[in-house]
Amino acid sequence: MTAASRGGRWLSVLLLAAMMLAAPVRGQTGGTPFEAALAELKEAGFLEKEAAVERALATGHAGALPAFTALLEERLYYRVHDGRVFIVKTADQSLPSMDLVDPVSLDPAGSSDPSELVRIGTNNRLRRFLRTTLARFALSSPDASVRLGAVKAMMRTLDEPTTDLLRQHASHETDPAVMYEIETGMALAALAGPDQEARLTAIAALRERLRPEVRNALASLLETSPDGQPAEPDADVRRAAAAAVESIDSARRFYAGIETLFFGLSLGSVLVLVAIGLAITFGVMGVINMAHGELMMLGAYTTYVVQLLLPGHIGASILLAIPAAFLIAGSAGVLLERTIIRFLYGRPLETLLATFGISLMLQQFVRSVFSANNRAVATPAWMSGTLQVNEALALTFNRLYIVMFTLGVFTILLVVLKRTRLGLQIRAVSQNRAMARAMGIRSDRVDAMTFGLGSGIAGIAGVALSQLTNVGPNLGQSYIVDSFMVVVFGGVGNLWGTLIGGMSLGIVNTLLEPYAGAVLGKIFVLVALILFIQRRPRGLFPPAGRAAEGT
Amino acid sequence: MTVKHFCLTLSLAAVALAPPMPLRAQAPGPIKIGVLHSLSGTMAISETTLKDTVLMMIDEQNRKGGLLGRKLEAVVVDPASDWPLFAEKARQLLEKDKVAVVFGAWTSVSRKSVLPVFEKNNGLLFYPVQYEGEESSKNVIYTGASPNQQAIPAVDYLIKEVGVTRWILEGTDYVYPRTTNRILEAYLKGKGVAAADISINYTPFGHSDWQTRVAAIKRFGSAGKKTAVVSTINGDANVPFYKELGNQKVSAEDIPVVAFSVGEEELSGLDTKPLVGHLAAWNYFQSISTPTNAAFIKQWKAYIKKADRTTNDPMEAHYIGFNLWVKAVEKARSVDVEAVLAALPGLETPNLTGGMARVLPNHHITKPVYIGEIRADGQFDVVWKTTGTVPGDAWSDFLPVSKNTEADWVTLKCGNYNTKTKACSGQSYK
Repeated sequence: MTAASRGGRWLSVLLLAAMMLAAPVRGQTGGTPFEAALAELKEAGFLEKEAAVERALATGHAGALPAFTALLEERLYYRVHDGRVFIVKTADQSLPSMDLVDPVSLDPAGSSDPSELVRIGTNNRLRRFLRTTLARFALSSPDASVRLGAVKAMMRTLDEPTTDLLRQHASHETDPAVMYEIETGMALAALAGPDQEARLTAIAALRERLRPEVRNALASLLETSPDGQPAEPDADVRRAAAAAVESIDSARRFYAGIETLFFGLSLGSVLVLVAIGLAITFGVMGVINMAHGELMMLGAYTTYVVQLLLPGHIGASILLAIPAAFLIAGSAGVLLERTIIRFLYGRPLETLLATFGISLMLQQFVRSVFSANNRAVATPAWMSGTLQVNEALALTFNRLYIVMFTLGVFTILLVVLKRTRLGLQIRAVSQNRAMARAMGIRSDRVDAMTFGLGSGIAGIAGVALSQLTNVGPNLGQSYIVDSFMVVVFGGVGNLWGTLIGGMSLGIVNTLLEPYAGAVLGKIFVLVALILFIQRRPRGLFPPAGRAAEGT
Repeated sequence: MTVKHFCLTLSLAAVALAPPMPLRAQAPGPIKIGVLHSLSGTMAISETTLKDTVLMMIDEQNRKGGLLGRKLEAVVVDPASDWPLFAEKARQLLEKDKVAVVFGAWTSVSRKSVLPVFEKNNGLLFYPVQYEGEESSKNVIYTGASPNQQAIPAVDYLIKEVGVTRWILEGTDYVYPRTTNRILEAYLKGKGVAAADISINYTPFGHSDWQTRVAAIKRFGSAGKKTAVVSTINGDANVPFYKELGNQKVSAEDIPVVAFSVGEEELSGLDTKPLVGHLAAWNYFQSISTPTNAAFIKQWKAYIKKADRTTNDPMEAHYIGFNLWVKAVEKARSVDVEAVLAALPGLETPNLTGGMARVLPNHHITKPVYIGEIRADGQFDVVWKTTGTVPGDAWSDFLPVSKNTEADWVTLKCGNYNTKTKACSGQSYK
């Protein structure tokens, strides 16, 4: 597309913006250029659709903006029997009827059966085009975040009319964040300009900005063409650009380091979360529970069921699933302990085999009830997306919540064990069963409660996992090895060991992954762990005192 | 005239002269059809659907009166996603149950595991899944896509229509992604892409922590060149991968991901709104509207008794494979493997999305290629398709080891004939 035709279109876009306020609105009669362009959208290829959108915008019709916003949002349809184009209010195909709006008159136009309507499709290229085109209208939005998004979208295709518009808009922009982006855009445009002084000022302004576009634009000044000519003729500008690229790169490296640390902590907190229940059943009670993973699976399926029962309340259902999963997995644990495991205390091999058998039964149970297919658990809106710290660092919300959630569960568990009567009894029984019984503690009841507590925590971990990975019959299997690894590494019977062990395994894993790849990285960690256990068989934090001698 | 000769003449005469009635009267029980798909374990998610598809096709054929006057009977076994068990179950089907044909296998490793069994017992296998090529067996009909029917057209689309110049090949660590990526790497380098603009990475089956990889993809894609991800990630590792893409806001408008193993079935377990615009390359999409496809979808939903079930590409491959086998049996008037194999090359049956699937001498078939973009409702919008059908190529022309190899079971009677040395090196599993 040439600058001239862009400029021409541009003029028409401004014209349209001006006419939006005053343009008289007529009904869909057919024949006007806008209606002709709309009609063309029905059958055209994607490139032709782009042209049709441009033509429709050029008419300056008031219906253009809502129509193409709808097109971008997959809400523009045409009716089969009369070929008329409509905007639908919500594009939910499952509704019995869809409410229609006439894009020409912008009046409600009744409703229609979804089978009567055909959606006008878009592809990536057309969506990108629509987004940048519509962004220009969004510049006049009263909402600063909409304006910010618009400026960012416009920066993807910086050409002369775009920078002109940014410059015009800059004079009356009040929001500092939007202004900052506009300055970046203008400085980027100045980089390509003829004035050497302006280029130097632009580089000075850009050296603190971390957007990849800025770095790439600066780096392109340093390139040399195949015949040995540098892309930037002026040596001063080249030097300044090189220094700016260097400073941006070192800042980005710093933030990449923070990001890796965060990834490590979030992977570590998942490990801690899946292992912490095991730290109770295996660490405190000494039961090798191979069905631990399946108790997590029960928790994850509980989340799914709670979501089914509360359609439309995704956020509430996740919060509600936490106690529900604790209760369900916990009572499954108590049942398990009362009916099977209590007969096997002191016989670790039999316990291992029996719980392995139970894990297979639980898997088959969910396969029979929910089918072998994975179930979709929806993520609430407040858990998706990223926290944009700056242009080089963005932390994903779901991981942030998981880290906080893990720390919360850990703290509560610590308080339960150290500060409550149940915790006291659990510790007493695990340290010296005979003495505890002599003091009047019903040790078998405490055993059941302890196992229930560990299993309940596994259920809670399942709720968290349902937000990260597949909810299917194999969910537990994929985490059981990891959880044993963490507990053994951290030191059996020590909650703090589990926390430190899980976090450090997570960080080491994330640090290794970019260099060794996911497969080799895992192998390295396992080999290092085996060597470590060889030297310190009791893990990072070996339990001290008489309990350490074993029961 | 010897006795043997006499019998042959007599039976030929019987075939030629006898009306269908007496034949039906002496029919020796039903024709057995083996179904070799995992109904438990990691692959159950994908393969159970294919088992049901074959059962539906058998059901329909029986309602039409069976085949050669005999009823069809399915023998379903469960190899439980356990690769050696695939070989054992295949042996059971061929030696004990004496099935006429087997529909089955999904992963390449399971196909490689049953291959010697089929070749030793001279069985017949219809393999319905897109795969890495570099194979042609006398006893297998490959109804899924070979790389030139899926991977190469997809990359061509990205180069020509999207203008991609920087590539990330992201795969699960096993034979199909590794071979496909080897072919793609050779192909891209042949197109002048620099080695620095190609990044290849593998993760294990069931990988769930994608944050580091997705961050690396974002970083690799921020170099100012148009970047795309070619994903051969297989199985349920796709769900956390796409979730992470959505969370880290990798938009299809900036870095599109084109997947070769993600179809309607895989997306049905996902919230697809953040994935709108990411791509998949297949030979079939449920959203393609043709009368045959609409009828098939309707039949499937009625058979499985669930209105929200989707159809997908490997299901169409079984649909085509089953119809081809029925036609071959009708043409050969026998279910004998040799006779059916002789009848198969050149046979045609309609695709669900238009055009004909023809069996080629290399035991692959012709297929149309579609590129689809993910829609918010978990279906695909076709954004590009080949003009006609593409013939499947058993041996890739882009790899030095296989570019001189040809497969032809009609004239050469060989699955890996070397056009340079003019020699056939025998069955492909050796």
